[in-house]
Amino acid sequence: MIKAVNSSRKKDLVPVIMLAPAFILVVCVIIYPIFNAVITSFQYYKLTDLQNSSFVGFKNYIDIWHDDAFIASLANTFKWVGITVTTQFLFGLALAILLNQPFRGRSVIRSIILIPWVTPGVVIALMWSWIYNGNFGILNSILLKFGIIQDKIAWLANAKTALYSQIATMVWQGLPFFTIMILASFQTVPLDLYEAADISGANSFQKFVYITWPHILQTVITTLLLRVIWVFNNVEVLYVMSQGGPGYSSMTVSLNAYLKAQKSLNFGYGSTIAVFGTLCMIAFMIIYMKFTKKYRGSN
Amino acid sequence: MKKRKKNVVLFYLPLVLLVSFVVFPYAWTLLTSLKTTDELYTLNLTFLPNKPTLGNFKTLFLETDFLQSMARSIYTASLTCLIAMLVSSMAGYTFSRYHFKWKNIALSGILLLYMFPSVLYLTPLFKIFKSLNMLGSLSALVVSYCTFTIPFSIWLLTSYMNEIPIELDEAAEIDGASVFQLFVKIIVPMLKPGLVATGSYMFISSWNEYLFAVMFTSSKTRTLPVSLTALIGEYDIRWDIISAGAIMSLVPIVILFLFAQKQLVSGMVAGSVKG
Repeated sequence: MIKAVNSSRKKDLVPVIMLAPAFILVVCVIIYPIFNAVITSFQYYKLTDLQNSSFVGFKNYIDIWHDDAFIASLANTFKWVGITVTTQFLFGLALAILLNQPFRGRSVIRSIILIPWVTPGVVIALMWSWIYNGNFGILNSILLKFGIIQDKIAWLANAKTALYSQIATMVWQGLPFFTIMILASFQTVPLDLYEAADISGANSFQKFVYITWPHILQTVITTLLLRVIWVFNNVEVLYVMSQGGPGYSSMTVSLNAYLKAQKSLNFGYGSTIAVFGTLCMIAFMIIYMKFTKKYRGSN
Repeated sequence: MKKRKKNVVLFYLPLVLLVSFVVFPYAWTLLTSLKTTDELYTLNLTFLPNKPTLGNFKTLFLETDFLQSMARSIYTASLTCLIAMLVSSMAGYTFSRYHFKWKNIALSGILLLYMFPSVLYLTPLFKIFKSLNMLGSLSALVVSYCTFTIPFSIWLLTSYMNEIPIELDEAAEIDGASVFQLFVKIIVPMLKPGLVATGSYMFISSWNEYLFAVMFTSSKTRTLPVSLTALIGEYDIRWDIISAGAIMSLVPIVILFLFAQKQLVSGMVAGSVKG
């Protein structure tokens, strides 16, 4: 009896002690900074002009709408996220279907195609910058050789191609994530459904639409949401490859927030854009979750 | 069932194209790193190096701060990983084994925090580190990495912890084990796949991290990604040396990835499907 009382006594303290380090870290390093960022977004706060720091109310939130970089970044962000995630998904699905077939060397290829997922963003940006290089890049050489282009294109220095070139890089980076998630969800499809379909004479396309797709839909929906968030938040590829240029042709909301804080040291204005971006993302998440509720099952 | 022969146009052609698309940048970077500078900047581009050389790697190791940065990256990533695993396995145990008010809200909140962009934390953390005189130190970097490592590892480890049958806890308790003994001797060994998945994911994320590293380190404390971009000079870019650096920063991460691949992939799938 005494033991039982003792151990239940201990139990009251144990969770508190076990949770304390995580709680303290989350509050100090995450929750407090978020509040601080929101407060800073209402301030004039420049690292180069700290004496004049002051609360300015919604001034920053109004000013962003008169800022060419910000206006340009809105449309670019839609393209950056929309085109990247859609293409990643389509290629990722295609690769997952191919890698689901048995063939020699499949497990090796399954490992190799995942490497972009763990490759540092900076390395990705540098590797692709060299491929896109206007004078000595291999992309131009290949396209010239096959007669697809007549003159060399400076892919990252041309306002028409800079954003799309970087979207292609981002597709390359995120494709394996889709592939692996979809491959995993293929395992959840009961095999006897395919056998039944074979007996009733269904073709591959029908089998995919009526059997495979409903089973992988939940994974696809979750993965799409995660990718939208990651691609939206991604800064380093754009930062290293083009810094949003030329002009503002490849400026996105997140990159703009980062550049304002890191380059211009304008913390107030940078925080405003960061908070705005985060709010947009949360709004998107809520709407997305609502619209996909019926497909996501009980989860 | 008859085994059908695979269609070349519908199967092998797309497979080869997609796999080449994935592999090509690595192959090209490796080949570039083996070329001499003259061969690089010529208008008659050759695919394979004429005279393969390791000279770029030598320059990288001897004339830049690459090796020091690598050591700093290893230190930062290991420490980040250690803290995240220690703190999160304890928190994960509590989330999995105890019921308390706000538990589910706390868990969903933690997942939501993981989705927040790094740029949001950038200026507040900068102010904190400045007032604590921590700017330019690797500790600042380790602390800032907690913004993404702690939420995700708590989430992942809690779901792994839920898979461990609670009967084990009860059996240990009957045998008179203290909570500490139970945790160290029963839970941690059972949690190994989860710890490998979380640990390698945290190591890789810290190793790759760039945005905080640019802001919080100085030229004396910069980590690998920052050192790599520092090779881009104002007027002259040595792509041969950058390529060598890119290859070298990939080697440790690819080895770790191949070693922990199974756990990492199942962790990733579990972590996001449950989300």
